[in-house]
Amino acid sequence: MSGPSHRAAPGGRASSAPLLGHDEEPTIFDFSVPGRRSASFRTTGVPEWRADELVPPEELRPEPPELAEISERDLVAHMTRLAHRQYSVDLGAYPLGSCTMKYNPKVCDEAAALPGLCYVHPATPAAYVQGWLELLWDLTEALCRITGMDAATLQPPAGAAGELTGLLIMRAWHQGEGRSPTKVLIPDSAHGTNPASVSLAGYTTVSIPSDERGLVSPSVLREHLDSDVAGIMLTNPNTLGLFEEDIAELAAAVHDKGGLLYYDGANLNAILGVTRPGDMGFDIVHLNLHKTFAVPHGGGGPGAGPVAVTRALADLLPGPVPKRLDDGSFTWQSPSRSIGRVHGWHGNALALARAWAYILCNGADGLRKVSEAAVLNANWLLAQLRGTYAIPYDRPAMHEVVVSTHGAPGMAHELRALDVGKRLLEKGFHAPTVYFPLVVQEALMIEPTETESPETVAALASALLEIAKESPETVAGAPRTTPIGRADEARAARSLVPTWDAISPG
Amino acid sequence: MAHFVPHTDDDFARMLADLGLSSPGELFECIPQALRLASGLDLAPGMSEPDVAAEMSRLARRNRAAGELVCFAGGGAYDHDVPAVTRALAGRSEFVTAYTPYQAEVAQGVLEALFEYQTLVSRLAGLPVANASVYDGATAAVEAVNVALAATGRKTVWVSAGLNPRWRQALATLTAGRGTQIVDVPLVEGRTAWERAAAAHLATGAAGSQDGRGGHPAALVAVSPNYLGCTDPLGPARTAATGLGALLVAVFDPIAAGLLRTPGEQGADVAVAEGQPLGMPMAFGGPYLGMFAVASEHTRRLPGRLVGRTVDPAGRTAYVTTLRAREQDIRRERASSNICTNQTLVAIGAMVQMAWLGTRGLRELALRCARATRYARDALIALPGVNPLVEAPVVREFALQLPLPADLVIERMADEGFLAGIPVEAGDCRGLLVAVTEKRTRAEIDAYVAAMEKVVS
Repeated sequence: MSGPSHRAAPGGRASSAPLLGHDEEPTIFDFSVPGRRSASFRTTGVPEWRADELVPPEELRPEPPELAEISERDLVAHMTRLAHRQYSVDLGAYPLGSCTMKYNPKVCDEAAALPGLCYVHPATPAAYVQGWLELLWDLTEALCRITGMDAATLQPPAGAAGELTGLLIMRAWHQGEGRSPTKVLIPDSAHGTNPASVSLAGYTTVSIPSDERGLVSPSVLREHLDSDVAGIMLTNPNTLGLFEEDIAELAAAVHDKGGLLYYDGANLNAILGVTRPGDMGFDIVHLNLHKTFAVPHGGGGPGAGPVAVTRALADLLPGPVPKRLDDGSFTWQSPSRSIGRVHGWHGNALALARAWAYILCNGADGLRKVSEAAVLNANWLLAQLRGTYAIPYDRPAMHEVVVSTHGAPGMAHELRALDVGKRLLEKGFHAPTVYFPLVVQEALMIEPTETESPETVAALASALLEIAKESPETVAGAPRTTPIGRADEARAARSLVPTWDAISPG
Repeated sequence: MAHFVPHTDDDFARMLADLGLSSPGELFECIPQALRLASGLDLAPGMSEPDVAAEMSRLARRNRAAGELVCFAGGGAYDHDVPAVTRALAGRSEFVTAYTPYQAEVAQGVLEALFEYQTLVSRLAGLPVANASVYDGATAAVEAVNVALAATGRKTVWVSAGLNPRWRQALATLTAGRGTQIVDVPLVEGRTAWERAAAAHLATGAAGSQDGRGGHPAALVAVSPNYLGCTDPLGPARTAATGLGALLVAVFDPIAAGLLRTPGEQGADVAVAEGQPLGMPMAFGGPYLGMFAVASEHTRRLPGRLVGRTVDPAGRTAYVTTLRAREQDIRRERASSNICTNQTLVAIGAMVQMAWLGTRGLRELALRCARATRYARDALIALPGVNPLVEAPVVREFALQLPLPADLVIERMADEGFLAGIPVEAGDCRGLLVAVTEKRTRAEIDAYVAAMEKVVS
């Protein structure tokens, strides 16, 4: 294995640890001083009626809710210190499997901050928001081309919302065909959102075991298929980072029984410009724009989870959707048999604008290169870990790899995956996803993404190899250099303190 | 084109060689040949950063934004002033580019900010437990109904006709899978006729059936201020809910909360709100913020993330996501919510905005909205042919009957430089929904009224 060509790894340990400070940061409530304030308001000249002249006395609260009383300077200092206690992609590598924590280009941030996009009321008539409609139409078209689908909705505000939307479309389609199947098949390696969405859509989950390859086997699938199956939800590549190579056969088997195929787009970053869910036989696709299309994750959202479908399902999409008229102008149109709205307005519009800017930056050639580098980084990392960590399904990987400490060939002492992840924090990297997928014991799911340089991937590999040589005591005591050590999660759940007001005195 | 993949050609060649491969295409040999795209994606080539910026600016210029059309539209999205500090702090890349705080040791920033957010939401709602956000007001209402469906095992919900009609549609769509029945309870003089609905329901003896439309409701969804801008106190809804054994879900407004009694104080079991007015630009409808609070007995049915305060081994204060067993990744098909990604960054922005407003600032903001609303409404209903659609008290928004169709008025008012409002229906009446925030000056309101006089005459 060739080493890094330079000594420094910009997204690696050289720049990312330790985070500042081990002191506790007080809350804004601890900083509050009665009478101190920050707010100031516009001069309007509007008459200054009293509250009791505006609100009936029985509805008026005598005193406002107590928020905080803090100076703007103290607020800024507090938030800045909190920011210093927070790991982020901008700080360093974030190889959290299944989450696609790639670099979020600044040009996309700026685009989404344009006043002509930001300060637009969502009920502005179509004639005055032609730019927004054009953007949403362009994005819809591009996502259809990327996925091999025919029509899409941009309303779902997150991946799980997209899943439920897609399953409700599946349900409506069956109803239109005069059928009411009750089951949806999901591989045992699937994300937890899949079965939860299935239940919310009114279906029952049937779990399909992965075979010895880590894949869904056509013969196992057939054992579970009958006319009561509404469809199957698959992530491809799957959560083991493996491509479901029998997908065409799986699709034909499901379609033969009258079912539909749902594509969970969590792992689309592996196949941009290489293959498309539509070509594999999928009918419904959700995308996580906050993964594949570089919308920043915001500490857990906002995301965006558009859903694309085949022509046969297009009339069922949530509406309204942007439509291009013959004269080149744009309007809203509701699909004829729409399942209805899934969001209060048009979805997370600014996230959609960021994704469109990202697609423009990359284009067809750039998106293909994204997947090439993502898959290359993952396989190159795996090659460096082989012989030290166990590889439960040792097949060519896609954009992420799942390794394990259980039975690891190069480990003097068998470490716990959780401990390896915590120790990695001390070495200046975010931890991988641990204990997922559920089908692998002591799983470490690692997704370097395409935006980490070879130097950073090599530094990550070195850190993981070093940890494998360390004593269980060293590893189990980690992390020590972070702002806090391992938090007492049992206490958090047992004696719930969800607000400052719930803190017991003393 | 812009370059976000750092690998040089040499890097590619060297890394491929390490894997025993000679071209990038060989990385994808596990994908059957028949499924591989022969000629790449049908998209334009990548563009340089300045070219992308120019294209995005071109699109932005094709919109008539709030700076150009003075905004009197509301209906769930409001044109409030946002201080520089909110944008600056919520825009810090440590928050923007972090993920869900799975590793608490390196996520204390997001976790503590969410703990502060939860505290502030809890205080606004007057309920002890608030989550770390859901997607928007509409989906917060849906999740609240899901809590009630799970808590009661019933299948019907009663919804005030004062609920935002788009939220009402989302509720119908997203609860349809499980066969939820929605019963609309009408408004009388701007307020929901809960007592009449409950009395009629009990009189039919429908209580026996728990399944169909006739069964007792899982929840009453009350809204104050409602879609027509009217305050609709929760007392009658609480009484009806108690009589029916249903949960009371209250939709409130975080700005009006500076003036109005809290949902919790009025007996709500679950309170939800659209958090956009707390520092988010109108942004063509998103990202917004679903605020969500519950009474203690529903804590274990709370959807989404919940941050709790605890300690680390050295006894230092620490924050973690807690009661994780509620969530989809652990509970899977038995979960009552599928939410994973939420709106954390927006919640952090709202936290900053609430801290900046402070206790008295929120009161002043609510009061300023109510004053501007009173001033505009009084002047508008003095115009010939312009009448209030309802007479109940309003705090930021009101509905008008006009002598012309609302769409036409909106179009003509745009020529005068105003986004006049949103077309609204209330029962058999149609009209215009007008919102007036603290951002509107007397001069703007006077000009709006003058333009309206010209347009409707």
